[in-house]
Amino acid sequence: MGFLELTGIQKRFPGGVVAVEDFNLDAARGEFVSFLGPSGCGKTTTLRMIAGFEKPTAGTIVVDGTDITHRAPNQRNVGMVFQSYALFPNMTVADNIAFGLKVRKKPKAEIARRVEELIGLMHLEGRADRFPYQMSGGQQQRVALARALAFEPEVLLLDEPLSALDAKIRIVLRKEIRTIQRQLGITTVYVTHDQEEALSLSDRIVVMSEGRIEQIGTPSEIYNFPATSFVASFVGTLNLMPAGVVDPASGRVVVAGQEIRTARAIGDAKAGDRITMALRPEGITLGEGDPSANRLRGTIDDINFLGSIVRLRMGVARSDGTVNEISLDTFNEPHLSLPAIGSTVTVSFPPEACFVLAGSVGVPVPAGEEVGAEV
Amino acid sequence: MRFSRLLWGAVFLFGVLYFALPLIGTFEFSLGHPTGAAGVPPSLRYYENVLNSPQFWGSLGYSFVIGLITIVVSIALIVPTAFWVRLKVPRARPLVEFITLLPFVIPPIVLVFGLLRTFNKPPLPLTNTNQGSDILLIAAYTILSFPYMYRAVDTGLRSIDVQSLAEASQSLGAGWVRTFWQVILPNLRVALLSGAFLTLAIVVGEYTIASFLARPAFGPYLSLLGGNKAYEPAAVALISFGLTWIAMLLIARIGRGSRTRVAVTGAR
Repeated sequence: MGFLELTGIQKRFPGGVVAVEDFNLDAARGEFVSFLGPSGCGKTTTLRMIAGFEKPTAGTIVVDGTDITHRAPNQRNVGMVFQSYALFPNMTVADNIAFGLKVRKKPKAEIARRVEELIGLMHLEGRADRFPYQMSGGQQQRVALARALAFEPEVLLLDEPLSALDAKIRIVLRKEIRTIQRQLGITTVYVTHDQEEALSLSDRIVVMSEGRIEQIGTPSEIYNFPATSFVASFVGTLNLMPAGVVDPASGRVVVAGQEIRTARAIGDAKAGDRITMALRPEGITLGEGDPSANRLRGTIDDINFLGSIVRLRMGVARSDGTVNEISLDTFNEPHLSLPAIGSTVTVSFPPEACFVLAGSVGVPVPAGEEVGAEV
Repeated sequence: MRFSRLLWGAVFLFGVLYFALPLIGTFEFSLGHPTGAAGVPPSLRYYENVLNSPQFWGSLGYSFVIGLITIVVSIALIVPTAFWVRLKVPRARPLVEFITLLPFVIPPIVLVFGLLRTFNKPPLPLTNTNQGSDILLIAAYTILSFPYMYRAVDTGLRSIDVQSLAEASQSLGAGWVRTFWQVILPNLRVALLSGAFLTLAIVVGEYTIASFLARPAFGPYLSLLGGNKAYEPAAVALISFGLTWIAMLLIARIGRGSRTRVAVTGAR
């Protein structure tokens, strides 16, 4: 049994719009779970239901064995950090942090000790008497985090807390949030549309689309073994290749007339079936590779420098005259030797790098399609 | 460039003269006979007359007290309403705005006749006593203050992210009363002051309602003075002008010390 349990959660707004449907999650005590998905997928609505700001149309929310589904937000002992910080402008940093403790009528000495402790934890020394408008965005979000943690909530909710900050501060704060969360062992739900943030922070990720859970898994599972084509396309960049099954038991398939092997058997498929093969750009290398590697021949269509990596696009000609575009990444080194655009090259990839998208058996993908967002 | 500066200088000078000349004229008139007139040298004696008049202080004091009570009642009605409309029923906003604008459509004379006809007979014969008439006066002034107070409060609420602040307060364990009292209200300080001073200015200068309810307010006193004296009304006008400026400077001073300048943005 989890510490935070969401069972059969549904949210239907007046007018019939279903924001969240059949949402089930068991989060263990101290676990860091991220809700990842595009805008409008229902991740913030789900978070707001845990906080009590939205009432589920169906389902239950249980924290540590207590059903809190119908409790008011101020009766839940759930801390929340908002995207907009939502610091009280009329209060100093210390007063903001102390607010939740004053509401709970804690003794003054205890409040002072806790405020000092959190100011130290958040590296806000010397800023206790400042007002929010006198602080930078990063500092304000530290105060918001300190305020949400001050009264020792059972669950910490973070609603895209870093999205209003610039890239460098975001990375620093991201690390700090994770360190503090581990230190305090607080069960945390983090909402983001930034896959890098979710992958780097979370124990588990809940990928959502159109109000439904697409996949729940560790960052490694989500990235390496996406359960659906949506997850595959939303997290990282992915090459999709229509393929024909040769031998499902040994995982042999044909892509553009060239035979390749997957590391696993292709379940539910039989010889001759059409499937969609998926392959990460970083799993492909230029050249023949070792003898056990899969190989594909094609023509270099484009080369893009992306800083630390270089992305090449290679066209693999199919028998029907169409071209299957494949992206591959290589590290950018000063003495990197790259093929010329238009030249014919061989690329290789291990069988473990290929996987078949669930539900793709018998569903052909148009030739040349590559899906995915660049990380 | 030079021509442009000259043009702006001329516009500025015109503006200064437009505002200053009537004041200078009124001031000169308030000193007595036109400057240099034989036998009666200009002096501040009409100011002295006004300031030594118990009626002046009595009516001004009465209007200030009524004004302060009106402000309290108006804030008590408008602030929770505007807060609730903004947070919970944003669709009702046009209706509330329309209601608060009614004093611009309904003239004070209609309002006061309505009040007189309703409250000069049982079951609530309020006009039979001074206290009852004071209650009617405050009620009428509260209605007159709606357009100013609602707009000031609504603007104040727009400048803060009410929903996020209220939700943050609730997530920290606070109920609605504490949230309103400790989080929302303090951040509306400047808006409330603006609304309060506008209300005070209206109440202090109002004539029709106070006159028909037969209350000893500053408006009827000014009217009476204008009918009987020549120079004192000009002196009173300038004293009122001075008081208004003091009030404006007070707003600016308190507003400068405001601690509510945080920009809050967000997405949902």
